[in-house]
Amino acid sequence: MKKTILHEDHIRLGAKMVEFAGYDMPIRYTSITEEHLAVRQKAGIFDVSHMGEIYVIGKEATELVDFLFTNNVRSMTAKQVLYGMMCYENGGVVDDLLVYKYNDQHYLLVVNASNVEKDYAWIRSQNRFDAEVINKSEAISEVALQGPLAESMLQKATETNLSELTFFTFDEITVFGYPCLVSRTGYTGEDGFEIYGEHEAIRSIFNRLLEENDALLPCGLGCRDTLRFEVALPLYGNELSPEITPVEAGLNFAISFDKSDFIGLPVLRQQKDQKPTRRIVGLELLGKGILRHGYEVYHEDQNVGVITTGYIAPSTNESVALALIDKPYDKKHQELEVAIRNKRVKVKVRNKKFYDKKYHK
Amino acid sequence: MNIPKDLYYTESHEWVRVEDGVAYVGITDYAQDSLGEIVFIELPEENDQLTQFSEFAAIESVKAASDLNAPLSGVVLAINEELEDNPELLNEDPYENWIIKIEIEDDTEINKLLNAEEYANVCE
Repeated sequence: MKKTILHEDHIRLGAKMVEFAGYDMPIRYTSITEEHLAVRQKAGIFDVSHMGEIYVIGKEATELVDFLFTNNVRSMTAKQVLYGMMCYENGGVVDDLLVYKYNDQHYLLVVNASNVEKDYAWIRSQNRFDAEVINKSEAISEVALQGPLAESMLQKATETNLSELTFFTFDEITVFGYPCLVSRTGYTGEDGFEIYGEHEAIRSIFNRLLEENDALLPCGLGCRDTLRFEVALPLYGNELSPEITPVEAGLNFAISFDKSDFIGLPVLRQQKDQKPTRRIVGLELLGKGILRHGYEVYHEDQNVGVITTGYIAPSTNESVALALIDKPYDKKHQELEVAIRNKRVKVKVRNKKFYDKKYHK
Repeated sequence: MNIPKDLYYTESHEWVRVEDGVAYVGITDYAQDSLGEIVFIELPEENDQLTQFSEFAAIESVKAASDLNAPLSGVVLAINEELEDNPELLNEDPYENWIIKIEIEDDTEINKLLNAEEYANVCE
């Protein structure tokens, strides 16, 4: 199993470790709820060094990235970050990712850990442009500093004025003297930063931020999932997959339908115009229990969908889920049933935003 | 890891205390620590017939659902209803908070359980 540069630190901090995407990663240090609430109320720091970093560099870098990416790359300004997907011809998702634009000939694509090899092969297979594709995932570490106190904590470690680093932009700055790429992005619904750098730099930054900030908790993958779930951010493998399109997942905001071309565009455009036959909605359990990924959803005897992620939301204590539901059973207040073990329990369709995002815009 | 000497154990991390033909069943310290915060438990009903090493209840942490397996065969004499509203008691004191009581059907099944020393090896 692979280890990140912070592996020894996780053990020293008492983390429970699990295998994730081929890495031995911390699932929690204390409890998922405590770490979750720390990020909502103060700040948490995550080791996300397992994420993939793929560079696209060359004269036609813009053309290649624009051809692969659902969102509008040509409208990006330098030092902007954009969220979107790479799709197959049939509209299914290769991966969801962040695109970082340095300039017209230089992009960084940050992809899911479990998809690095697949994405790298996919991008290269579609590369009929004058551009080079370089997988730097093994050379780069990353931490995410998230929560309402993130800015004040990071500000003490850099001379750059962070209030000027706005939502979904990045800059190359120094943190505790180490050169890093820092973006105002995250996967928690809170304000925060993602910090990329060389292994030892990231290790020093992680440990110094923890030493110098009593209110900062190390946070594991357990609360990373509950945090993104509460604000309805999709997870590849749950809400997104080769079998689910971004239109069905409710991600039209990350698709530029008026672009002239990108892989999957005709199918996505057709789905948008004719309305998809199913979509991701929120469900609320009307009774006791917890809805889990993979549980089937029924209307009377008819299977009308499946739970993609479910938890007792730590911020609200509600037993809720994201689910992929067939039309016309996707309307708000629709009552349905979910099979939990051998029992059927009642659920109700509701807004999937279980908690309001609090970004710095 | 706390593994009391006077209990029997299963490889699936349940403990059993035998008293006058009655078995008290719970989950071990190792189990509660591995699961993390326990937020829900689905208990059997009184008078349900259980079979040794078969699933009899479900326990859910924030992260995942797990089955509990009956250490011994027999009829459920009582369930600990307090756990339905306060499942976190299993984290706080896993050996004090039994989950069910079973009327032991066959004493010889106890031979198939682990003692504290054997169970400690399972937890290595």
